[in-house]
Amino acid sequence: MRMVIQGGRVIDPAHQTDSIADLFIADGQVAGLGQPPGGFIPEQVIDAHKHIVCPGLIDLCARLREPGQEHKATIASETRAAAAGGITTLVCPPDTDPVIDEPAVVEWIRRRAKFAGQARVLTLGALTHRLRGEHLTEMAALQEVGCAGVSDGGHPIASSRVLRRALEYATTFGLTVFLTPLDPELGNGLAHEGQVATRMGLPGIPVAAETGMIARDLELIRDLGVRVHFGRLSSSRAVELIARAQAEGLPVTADVAVHHLHLTEMDLTHFDSRCHVRPPLRGLRDQAVLRAGLASGVLTALCSDHQPHEPDAKQAPFGDTEPGISGLDTLLGLSLRLVRDGVLSLPALIERLTWGPARILGLDCGHLGVGARADICVFNPETDWRVEPGILNSQGQNTPFLDWELQGRVTYTLLEGHIVYEGEG
Amino acid sequence: MSATHIQLDAQGRLLHFLTIEGLTHRHLTDILDTAESLRGVAERRVKKLPTLHGKTVVNLFFEASTRTRTTFELAAKRLSADVLNLNIATSSAVKGESLLDTLHNIEAMQCDMFVMRHSQSGAAEFMARHVKPHIAVLNAGDGCHAHPTQAMLDVFTIRRHKPDFPSLQIAIVGDILHSRVARSLIHALNILGAGNIRVIAPRTLLPAQVENLGVQVFHRLPEGLRDVDVVVMLRLQRERMEGALLPSEQEFFQQYGLTEERLALAKPDAIVMHPGPINRGVEIDSRVADGPRSVILEQVTNGIAVRMAIMSITLGHHARLTGEDA
Repeated sequence: MRMVIQGGRVIDPAHQTDSIADLFIADGQVAGLGQPPGGFIPEQVIDAHKHIVCPGLIDLCARLREPGQEHKATIASETRAAAAGGITTLVCPPDTDPVIDEPAVVEWIRRRAKFAGQARVLTLGALTHRLRGEHLTEMAALQEVGCAGVSDGGHPIASSRVLRRALEYATTFGLTVFLTPLDPELGNGLAHEGQVATRMGLPGIPVAAETGMIARDLELIRDLGVRVHFGRLSSSRAVELIARAQAEGLPVTADVAVHHLHLTEMDLTHFDSRCHVRPPLRGLRDQAVLRAGLASGVLTALCSDHQPHEPDAKQAPFGDTEPGISGLDTLLGLSLRLVRDGVLSLPALIERLTWGPARILGLDCGHLGVGARADICVFNPETDWRVEPGILNSQGQNTPFLDWELQGRVTYTLLEGHIVYEGEG
Repeated sequence: MSATHIQLDAQGRLLHFLTIEGLTHRHLTDILDTAESLRGVAERRVKKLPTLHGKTVVNLFFEASTRTRTTFELAAKRLSADVLNLNIATSSAVKGESLLDTLHNIEAMQCDMFVMRHSQSGAAEFMARHVKPHIAVLNAGDGCHAHPTQAMLDVFTIRRHKPDFPSLQIAIVGDILHSRVARSLIHALNILGAGNIRVIAPRTLLPAQVENLGVQVFHRLPEGLRDVDVVVMLRLQRERMEGALLPSEQEFFQQYGLTEERLALAKPDAIVMHPGPINRGVEIDSRVADGPRSVILEQVTNGIAVRMAIMSITLGHHARLTGEDA
């Protein structure tokens, strides 16, 4: 299949490209930009005038709920939502049921994703058996079947001894380790420890629950030289710790969930369970520093932290609800809002959604160089849309962004040169 | 919180009674004045008013309670309502049914008012968002968030002894962190313009940025009690020792227990309050609890009139809403 995407503004941060140009695709790969390759006769032409053409988005954290929680969502339903949101690669953390701690689960997810055919699903293997923080998993075997890295899967390892061994073992095989820093004991609360939690009578999660873990982890990394990615930072002090570690030359990266850049603890007022997330929404200053960290590149990726739920999971008093936001549908729109808010430029934003996460994963994707896989997102940055009930493609309708006016809608999503989504734009 | 809070209608009238936060001076004085007028009912030969005749009040207690549930029951009965008591302790048998299912089941029994206590902060507000519009929800305590009827009976009791709030210094002593009573009382006292509200507790029993609630923080009891007009002691739960919040009851009593000697630091006519149930020898010495300055039992009595007032005010607004003759 040969295709040309005509007249769009092509933004490819990996190659510092930002220009109006035609993009040529053949055999599932990028065949050229600007000038067609010799003898290129397209079978299909996509008109992308006034549209942005960029690499397909890479989401570093998306729970697809399969296997184990199919009442919340399935690989089929969520990869469809991803395609509609311009996301071509999803990274699935290991806290499925069963846990991704052995090759068979990896294979199973891969088969289901391939069958759905809507987006590429990468898996992170568990660092420890059943994520219990006790026994190491067979990381070499997990790597051989294609795990993109190993992770604590949202269950931080309390024992420094086990974590150190797990990091050492992972680095033996050159695996990147994905950690979610939140002290299991100190972080055992429901809301950011501050004036809102105090008023609401909700048990607080102090910032030290996050920074204490990061500080410990950084000391272990310093000794071992292992590549570590910290997922979903929530506090200003965490950003400062990571910035300092990077300045020292430690091989660490970090990301932030897009909802942490738009919501704060104030949104919990009236016990809105849709804003129940872990790590918790923190203060305005935290939000400002997270935004600045994304702009400066201390945070190299922006993700959805997608956690779809069935309605019942959120229909209870705040403390009895499950944490998480369904985020695939709103990732692009909420991200583009950061450009409008003057946080960072459009090319820089696209970088945090494509080439940034690709580098963290160490994969040859997230760019539009000749020969690259043609995973592409075409969107109209001017289209306004309103987040309305039932509008989400995800099976999980749990979003606190209901009634928000967002800008930017996907018109085409291509996965290896195939159109997996076509919208009105 | 804004005037659009779910407990108020468009005219700012009380439809539910969930939290003190966001209410006005007028709301509070209306309740206090109504309670004052209802206080005489208990002294009559027939202790009943027909206000809620034909209405059904359900006491829905997901947490154990004696005093609060009983005074709510008495209040409802003195207003001629039918009362249904459901004590749904958080047993595993109950866990299967969601709160929403429980709610719909009781709704199906055609009730008019829910009085609810639950261990989760925000549970009463959750109920109020999901009940049918003719039902009023009264919060009888939700987690560590609010216990607004207790706060109203506390300020009612204070007002009967010391009506000039701007001149008052009030100290609240003990486990502020876990106390819904303290949170609601602080809001109520601030709305009524109390001169100085103090909280006295060790750091482990104070929530973060508690001063933003409009209180002055003391860590030492003698300093905090100096010249106060009202001392409110809070109950200390024994579980706090296990959560590494305190070393022992003995040390707590030594540091924060109210004795006659310490009470002498307060104004000579200071009153002593406690929401109950009291732990003698843990937060308060028996001689103080049973002494002449204690108004603890008076609080219990006042609880009935205050709850009658809140019940008639909220259901009165509902009746207006549904076009009934209240």
